[in-house]
Amino acid sequence: MIKRYAALVAKLTPKSKLGQGCLRAYAVGGGICVFGQMIADCGERFLSLSSASSLTFASIVLIFFTALLTGVGVFDRIARFGGAGTVVPITGFANAMVSPAMEFKPEGWVFGTGARLFTIAGPVLVYGISASVLVGLLYYFFPW
Amino acid sequence: MLYQYLKVFFVGGALCMIGEALILKTKLTTARILVIYITAGVILSAAGVYGPLARFASAGATVPLTGFGHALAQGAISAVQENGLLGAFTGGLSAASGGLAAAVFFGFLAALFFRPKPKDYQK
Repeated sequence: MIKRYAALVAKLTPKSKLGQGCLRAYAVGGGICVFGQMIADCGERFLSLSSASSLTFASIVLIFFTALLTGVGVFDRIARFGGAGTVVPITGFANAMVSPAMEFKPEGWVFGTGARLFTIAGPVLVYGISASVLVGLLYYFFPW
Repeated sequence: MLYQYLKVFFVGGALCMIGEALILKTKLTTARILVIYITAGVILSAAGVYGPLARFASAGATVPLTGFGHALAQGAISAVQENGLLGAFTGGLSAASGGLAAAVFFGFLAALFFRPKPKDYQK
């Protein structure tokens, strides 16, 4: 019985989870970045933004779409397929804010939504900002 | 034009693939991956590695979270050049403020307009 179960598990487990996962992450993540580049190009052409601001503009639009798709429940489906392909781009950061903010709405607007918005974004900002202040201080004392 | 999009795809995809390999090999959670990526972005940017990559791949390097770290580090450095010591504290957040404010605002709006669904943001 146990042997048959083990055989069944071996048969149903995807051949190379790593290979398949990496391929999917590459395709979805690369696709999101290309979409971002298209938004940036549109911003540069139609809103006459500088190339630096057009990239910021692209991030903001991607964050908007992530919030919308997370809200209607589509983002989770893309994320299940794309794995890190949706986590690593700015979409993952946005989703990590939107998801708990929505989920903990029943706990109230302040300690539910307001606080949980930063469940994952909080640590990200703590380390990101601290590292950047450190870089600034280092640059001030030992410019390179 | 097409060549530009290919560069974006290859660099952006590669950064995501590294993240996927990390998740599958080490069982790191989403939150840890994000923390590692933003910190790595700050360090690589300060080391002068990420700037050339961002010039080469544009959105392929700025859309991944390492690009957010790159913006923080470059913001801090250029603010120090302009304002001295104070810049170390004001520069990073100023440079990243657009994305950050958008994430807070749209996140709040989504919570306002959509009903919570059972979900797995923290697997």
